[in-house]
Amino acid sequence: MATAADKRSDRPVGPAGLLFRPEVRQLVYQVLLLLALALVVWWVASNVAANLRRQNIASGFDFLSRTSGFDVSQSLIDYSNASSYGRAFWVGLLNTLLVAGLGIAFATLIGFMVGIARLSPNWLIARLASAYVEIVRNVPLLLQLFFWYFAVLKNLPSPRQSYVLPGGGFFNVRGLYLPAPLPQPGFGAVVLAFGLGIAAAVGLWMWARRRQRLTGRPFPVLRVALALVLGLPLIAFVATGAPLAFEHPVLRGFNFQGGLVILPELMALLLGLSIYTASFIAEIVRAGIEGVPKGQREAALALGLSNGQTLRLVVIPQALRIIIPPLTSQYLNLTKNSSLGVAIGYPDFVSVFTGTVLNQTGQAVEVILITMGVFLTLSLLTSLFMNWFNRHMALVER
Amino acid sequence: MIRLVPTAIATAGALIAMTAGAVAQSKTLDAVKQRGQLSCGVNVGLAGFSAADDKGNWTGLDVDYCKAIAAAVLGDAKKVKYVPTTTKERFTALQSGELDVLARNTTWTIQRDSAQGLSFVGVNYYDGQGFIVKKAAGAKTGKDLGGATVCVQTGTTTELNLADFFKASKLQYKPLVFEKADEALRAYQADRCDAYTTDVSGLYSVRLQMAKPDDHLVLPDVISKEPLGPAVRQGDSQWFTIVRWVHFALLNAEELGVTQANVDQMAASTNADIKRLLGKQDEFGKGLGLDNEWAYRIIKQVGNYGDIFDRNVGAGSRIKIDRGLNRLWTKGGLQYAPPIR
Repeated sequence: MATAADKRSDRPVGPAGLLFRPEVRQLVYQVLLLLALALVVWWVASNVAANLRRQNIASGFDFLSRTSGFDVSQSLIDYSNASSYGRAFWVGLLNTLLVAGLGIAFATLIGFMVGIARLSPNWLIARLASAYVEIVRNVPLLLQLFFWYFAVLKNLPSPRQSYVLPGGGFFNVRGLYLPAPLPQPGFGAVVLAFGLGIAAAVGLWMWARRRQRLTGRPFPVLRVALALVLGLPLIAFVATGAPLAFEHPVLRGFNFQGGLVILPELMALLLGLSIYTASFIAEIVRAGIEGVPKGQREAALALGLSNGQTLRLVVIPQALRIIIPPLTSQYLNLTKNSSLGVAIGYPDFVSVFTGTVLNQTGQAVEVILITMGVFLTLSLLTSLFMNWFNRHMALVER
Repeated sequence: MIRLVPTAIATAGALIAMTAGAVAQSKTLDAVKQRGQLSCGVNVGLAGFSAADDKGNWTGLDVDYCKAIAAAVLGDAKKVKYVPTTTKERFTALQSGELDVLARNTTWTIQRDSAQGLSFVGVNYYDGQGFIVKKAAGAKTGKDLGGATVCVQTGTTTELNLADFFKASKLQYKPLVFEKADEALRAYQADRCDAYTTDVSGLYSVRLQMAKPDDHLVLPDVISKEPLGPAVRQGDSQWFTIVRWVHFALLNAEELGVTQANVDQMAASTNADIKRLLGKQDEFGKGLGLDNEWAYRIIKQVGNYGDIFDRNVGAGSRIKIDRGLNRLWTKGGLQYAPPIR
């Protein structure tokens, strides 16, 4: 202790001496570099602005509040050609988020199933899963999208010859038309019951875990929780006299009007993205499971755990540690690949904003900057979440 | 850290060099001459305007404009590099200097002239937007399209006119926007949309590509003005003047009856207008920065406006579009060029 203090007092002091201290010097370099970087950024920005002015190209972000004047085929928020370009930005962004979110869910589901199937002792199942992976991941995604879109469109009937689905739905080349649910007064009780059901299920799960830890007696949580989550709202629904009406789609003129529509573009993009990404996820899952030492499984079986319990409690938690980091990359890929939707007419962010808005305003620099910012933000958010999840799942060393 | 500093300085230097290069813009004419090739932005594929055959030879009305400019500036109509551009890329490609001229059935609007740094040199095709539908659907005019789904290509005035038309007609519709015309058409043929919309000239051209052209009907409605023409970058008035006068020379040649077939006999003509056009009298080529035979070469190698029109979209082509508004002013049309004198 004393020697350390002595050493420090040996160091040169004063303004000149300060520069010889490594930590101060490091700080100075970093500040200088930051300043230089800021200068370069400012210089590039002002140069671009000057050049645009000289070439008589409009610049700035004022265009976001101007009227867009075009329509979009699918919008999750209110939008018409009288809305602003800024509104069109959100329409495109939400459409991208919709397809990315659903795509990630489906790709994960299919990927896990195929990955586990590849390890199946059943010869046929294992070979089918391998064939799926090898075929799907080796064909370019754009071709697969065209295949899903045009092959599927070709085989669907025109609106007049729609497939009629039970419950008043229709399926044709224009999309999947479903009755839209319209909540009537009193429906709030059903939503409330659903919330209660979820809360009760979580409570039950925590209680059962604790009981098992203390007494070793298991409890069939899944079945009871399902009954709670689905049963409670059902009772409320019947008790309040079924307060839900449906708006049915009807054929008028060229097409069905009303109801809930799922466009074929969304279906094709979703199919293409999930099936393609699932083939990569399947390989990641297989690698993860094979990365768990065989002894772990044997030990679990020797302890008397069932096959399902071994997989759920011993193998998968350890496999996840290997799976999560590469899985994150696949999620990022899927989100970025969703921009291929522009080829098959899906109004995603790239189609609406970087396509139509860019062309109508001609402000390429601004629009591309915003687009890069959006994809960077989406990717960083995804990786932030996955990194958190990874830390949560990582081996806790005691 | 210390090692990072030189890297940062080098990177900054490179960036400065790159952007500085963009500031000092060379004259387009000098650049074209030095390169020995004209970089001409054309449509990816629109029969009659610009389309490549299986050997990679480009033909079409817009393609002939590229050839005419190359003939005037470089002396050889073959010295053209055709750059196929989508509706989405075309302006950026021109603004960034990748193209010398954009001859790509592009509509002249105030937005493009005033806020996108473009200058349109003239109108080489007076067009308007229309619809094509399947006869089986039973629509006879635009007013019958209520509730229809309409396929359209992104990044065009078409997209805006479509919205305006349905708004003004108080009809519902669904747009389906594709990046490439090909894909929009495939969706139309797969019955995903009831109608496909673009400029009427384009509709006649795509109708021919359909498996059964007679099953499709181009509706009589023309819902917009679409003056199509070549465009150049703003800020190079000499280049602008050259491209503009290539267009005028084509029109003047037709008006004076100078065709690709008779240009050599016409060179001996005593008519002063023809002599000025073909460079036998006065020295107008010099003012443009070219030699005096610039217009002679255009007509000799490419033809006059009438030749170009007939060969690509008119009576001599498969599309057989009536000249309509594109007749010369002397024949009741709108094509009119200032005199060469």
